[in-house]
Amino acid sequence: MYSTGNESLVKQAREIQDEELHKFYGRISKLLNANRDHGNETIDSLQRLNLIVSATKYAKTLPPDLKKKLQTLLLSKTHPEQFQILFTSILRESLPLSTQELSAGLAQDTRSSSYVAAVVLSQAANKDDVAPVCQHLLKHLESRQPDGQICKHTLPILSKLISYSPEILTEDQVNLVSRKLVDWLRYASLQQGASMSTGGFFSGPRTRQPVPVTEVDGAVAGDFFTVLCVGHSFGEDQWMNMYAFSMIRKWLLTYDAEGTSGGESAHLSQIQFMLSQLQDDRSEVDSSVVSMVSATSSSSRLLPPKERLREKAFEYCHRLIEQSDRKAMKRTDTELQKACIVEAVTIMDIICKEDPSYVYRAFPSVKALYGRLSGELAYARALIPIAQFYLNHSEMAAVDSEAVFRQLFSRYPSELFNEPALAYEFVQFCRANMAVLEDGVALYRQSFPNIFKFLAWTSPALVADYMELLPSLMCPDTAVEILHSLLDLPCLAATLDLQQRSASYQASERVLWDHGSKVASVLEAFRQPSYRGLFLYILRPEAGSGDTIDRLKMLHEVLSDMAASPRVVQCAQVVPVLLHVFFNNVTKFADEKLISQLALVLLERSSLLYNIKQFKIELFRVFSTHIRTLCKLHPSLLVNQSRELLDFAGSTANIYSKEELYTNVVWLIGEYLSVVHDPRCSVELITTFFEGLEAVLFEITQVRQSVSPPSYPPRVITVLMTTLSKLASRSQDLIPRVSLSLSKLCNFARSRLVLASYSEEDTEEIITRAHELTNLLKLPSVAQFVLAPAALGESPRWHSDTNASLPRAMRTISGLLHKQSSFQQSG
Amino acid sequence: MNTEVDGPQEEGPNDAMVCCFLIHTVCSVSALSSGGSRVLHSRVFGPEDNTESDPERRRLLQKERLLALARRVRTAVCLYRDAAGTSCVECVLGEEAVALGEAEFGVLRLSAGEPFPAERTVLWLGVQNLAFTLVCEMHENLLLAEGTLRNIARHCMEELRLLGPGSEILLKSDRIDALLHRYVPHGQLLFLNHRFTHILDKELSAYGTK
Repeated sequence: MYSTGNESLVKQAREIQDEELHKFYGRISKLLNANRDHGNETIDSLQRLNLIVSATKYAKTLPPDLKKKLQTLLLSKTHPEQFQILFTSILRESLPLSTQELSAGLAQDTRSSSYVAAVVLSQAANKDDVAPVCQHLLKHLESRQPDGQICKHTLPILSKLISYSPEILTEDQVNLVSRKLVDWLRYASLQQGASMSTGGFFSGPRTRQPVPVTEVDGAVAGDFFTVLCVGHSFGEDQWMNMYAFSMIRKWLLTYDAEGTSGGESAHLSQIQFMLSQLQDDRSEVDSSVVSMVSATSSSSRLLPPKERLREKAFEYCHRLIEQSDRKAMKRTDTELQKACIVEAVTIMDIICKEDPSYVYRAFPSVKALYGRLSGELAYARALIPIAQFYLNHSEMAAVDSEAVFRQLFSRYPSELFNEPALAYEFVQFCRANMAVLEDGVALYRQSFPNIFKFLAWTSPALVADYMELLPSLMCPDTAVEILHSLLDLPCLAATLDLQQRSASYQASERVLWDHGSKVASVLEAFRQPSYRGLFLYILRPEAGSGDTIDRLKMLHEVLSDMAASPRVVQCAQVVPVLLHVFFNNVTKFADEKLISQLALVLLERSSLLYNIKQFKIELFRVFSTHIRTLCKLHPSLLVNQSRELLDFAGSTANIYSKEELYTNVVWLIGEYLSVVHDPRCSVELITTFFEGLEAVLFEITQVRQSVSPPSYPPRVITVLMTTLSKLASRSQDLIPRVSLSLSKLCNFARSRLVLASYSEEDTEEIITRAHELTNLLKLPSVAQFVLAPAALGESPRWHSDTNASLPRAMRTISGLLHKQSSFQQSG
Repeated sequence: MNTEVDGPQEEGPNDAMVCCFLIHTVCSVSALSSGGSRVLHSRVFGPEDNTESDPERRRLLQKERLLALARRVRTAVCLYRDAAGTSCVECVLGEEAVALGEAEFGVLRLSAGEPFPAERTVLWLGVQNLAFTLVCEMHENLLLAEGTLRNIARHCMEELRLLGPGSEILLKSDRIDALLHRYVPHGQLLFLNHRFTHILDKELSAYGTK
């Protein structure tokens, strides 16, 4: 493994001095010039040079003669592969660029083409740089000399070229390659390629007998050659078949979509297909109308090249799907079968999008495939392209897709939540189809508790995707439950962990639990029937199945030993960001009732969170931000939820445990509890709130006098004072009471105990604020105006406009107050 | 034509190739800041989207992107190992199969601009203190990509003796290029059945033994 020895080698390669490097260049040039077979010394030196040029991010510039030499040698065909690779690698990593010299040197012989192309492609900066390579390859494709060898990597190179620049090929060239692809895909030999080793003396005649290729299960292959056919050796056409299939998806995506030649006929087939559907409901039986449609788009040699390729690619995929049913003798071939299913269904999907007449031909095969795979979890990843196919085409073919989506959304997340690749593919499928899923597949939104399982399990890797997905899962019906689920996400992570452990360990193997007795006891609880309902609730697959909020505390207690486990902590870290997404989005569609409900959830859940310290602190911050937003949006929620708010704000315990949220709630009461915002805001209601908060302030001062040290943050005290004054300004009978409270507060702030525990500035701040408010309240009508800025503040203008009335009003009032207080002092 | 259908077409044709392959460290390296990763081998396939016109700066930008990628994968591997609570079993030469059997595998998405201009899928395989990383276009066949990555990693482990103390990974990196030249030519993933693989393996075993 990576060692200090390696590290010092990297260091050496990076820090080599110019002088030494030039000597080394010279030595390599000499070695390469020597007109003999290059031996191990040359290889060794080239390998070192390769390390030197690639070891840093800063490019090394080779001397011109050495560069020239390497280029010439790369273009000549006489060297063994190791040299070719080393030349390629050194030229690719170093400067000056070799693009032009190498492109110009592309010879008739194609053996070095792939290496040359590797350098040119990696150094190319624009289309012109790669054009010569492209032309070179096409020229060899075009020349029909029977013995004309083509570069075996022609198709991979072309594939790279067209992803870089699709317009690099002209229409004619696209047709040429399309024709070639048809030949390779559909007409590769079914006999094994000529074996390299000629048989011994006795076996001579027998080896000349053509040997057929077989299927992956050993049966003799019928029909035509595909990548799922095996033989002892392969001929060039079979290799090209493999390369062609490997790139056909990209090719179709790049050139089939343009539909230049196929546009009209495809449109025609679509109309014919629709007609056939109208005429014959039993569209899956081989009705005469439909077979006429498929006849127009199939098998005829007269089709334009692109459509012919589409047809042949379709047939190929069809055959692959059939072949994937065979029981492979090698495990690697089983894996290949899965990859082939994914590719085949995806290609069929592409073709059906281009020419809907194929939908009808594809469905029986895809449907049968689904029937075959749906029961097997090992094929779960192959089901995702099938689901995509159903999503795109089932409506047109009038095929029921319910079962497919049930499998996808219900079964996979709950059983395969710990498969990272499936999770990724599942989430990308949802991302790519969000719009269709949220409108067209009811089960999608319904299954959000299940969909969250992937997130809970692999939070860091998937959080960015879920930030995009979350809005598509939200609607008025699910919003509240989603909010609860997000808050419970770390519990879900812990429970999934238990589920996995429980599945992998039997009770008798308890000794093996390596995470100590803590996890063992949680695991015990997980299996107990009395907790079963709780865990089932957390693991529920769909929305709306049960609500155990009153027993959540119990769940948190049971799971408390897992709160520090890394998976749970990682999961807890993503919750705040998702909550932000949730609230930013929910405000787009929520009505007043829902907003009220959400605010209530925040208040309730603030004392019902899984006990992870940092998680709680972060969440209170998020709650504070968003309860402010909610109130601003619908201030009447203060009236709707007055009882809960009062309970919350009236409890001094909340100051200790959730200072941030508490301060914000108190501030909100002062800011929005006003008849301006809600006509139901009666004097009685204001008085009730006032009395609640007054009691808190009183309690604070009492505590201060009896116990030390006081631990209420000064900010809470000032916010309480201000809120009380605001309420009093709206119901002026309360003014004497608040003035009394304020003056008490001043006295106590000066008390020895308090002075000892607050900094001087804090004490000063409290006293000043109390004085200001007392003075302000002496002019009730002014106080009413100053202390009720919320409605005025709605206009963003007054922040920037110095001529707006509020700043001026403030200045006037402060002038007045000064005058009055100096008057009082002098009087 | 169904041109209004959402689909890969709209994201441009750049969607089914491998963009690059890396081998890099996922352990702490004394010369690097914490969280850093030493890139031991990197291969970028074909022309890439690079706004720099000066060749030297182009190369620099490319390497910086690869470094950013390596750091990203290192974090992912560490988080994965943390979460799974697995402790690395140190394997020695000859135990390649064990090391690969215990390797962690993961997939992640790189948003556009982080660090590549377009969105990408990254597959990584964490083997002891190294990671093998394959960056693909978004719509690549991931089953195929995963199989390819595991195959390449196995070859590298065995042929470059990565479990040993030697420096083959740095000095004999041409062997990795030879490997990629066959199994991911120019970034093209291949549908290879066991016979195709066997033939390529045989070619490889002849590589460098002249």
